[in-house]
Amino acid sequence: MIYEVFRQEKKGAAFAHAGSVDAPDATFAEAFAREQYGRRQESEALWVVPRAAIHTVTDFADELNKTYHRVDGYSLKAKLKEARERAGTARAS
Amino acid sequence: MSAPALLELADDELILGWRDSEWTGIAPSLEEDVAFSSIAQNEIGHARALYELAARELGTTADELAFDRDPSEYRSAPLVEQRRLEWAHTIARHYLYETADEIRLAALKQADDADVAGLAAKMDREEQYHRLHARMWNERLRDEPRYQEALRELWPLALGVLAPEQRAELAGRVGFEPVDAVERDRQSEELRELWEEMTMVRRSVPGATW
Repeated sequence: MIYEVFRQEKKGAAFAHAGSVDAPDATFAEAFAREQYGRRQESEALWVVPRAAIHTVTDFADELNKTYHRVDGYSLKAKLKEARERAGTARAS
Repeated sequence: MSAPALLELADDELILGWRDSEWTGIAPSLEEDVAFSSIAQNEIGHARALYELAARELGTTADELAFDRDPSEYRSAPLVEQRRLEWAHTIARHYLYETADEIRLAALKQADDADVAGLAAKMDREEQYHRLHARMWNERLRDEPRYQEALRELWPLALGVLAPEQRAELAGRVGFEPVDAVERDRQSEELRELWEEMTMVRRSVPGATW
């Protein structure tokens, strides 16, 4: 059974995904998580969660259909190139 | 603490570290491989620290004590010398050894010698994780006939890890009746084979500085 391990680096910090361990039960998952993510004072706390308990959501509807609301909807690179050309400071490539 | 007593401990930790490391790469799962290899490495680290204490007293070095003695001079307990590439026996040995080692370390932490007491306390901190690991496996395998058989087979050897006055405590913790212990005075053929392998590189260029 796969358990996902989340690690808190400092008190008060948000938990971040550290990795996963394959273990027969929660006791083994805890021991393996301690070994891999907790024995060297690198963590303040761990969350060890069965992967099956995690509800994954990916199907977001595009409610606005306005690409500039999305980080991938605006190509900064292209805009910068245009701006540089207008300003006459385009880099020689 | 006398050098011979330190060497008993150091040899136990070195030889067991070696035996446990034989699982590196072939343990039942990758996670267990990482865990057991890490335990093996800890034991060898403890051996190094103990050899250093003994070396100071004997006017030699940790490396010379670990690798340059004749196999007949090692003081390790027969429990740790056995080559056990079988998981039930490996876990049975691990559980019995860690339980015995906890009793031994508790006594050492009270030692008059501040260096010994300090090292015992440091080792005990790492051993907490080993004990957690050993108990977890013992709990999981305790109803398996193969595991029970392995425990019974290794029990007289486990008693030999401890001084006679500490053995009743081990029997109480493990829940077995005290029997005649297999003492440290016997040199196993398995230790000789291990010694050949363990000292091979060092013997290949005598006197070299690595």
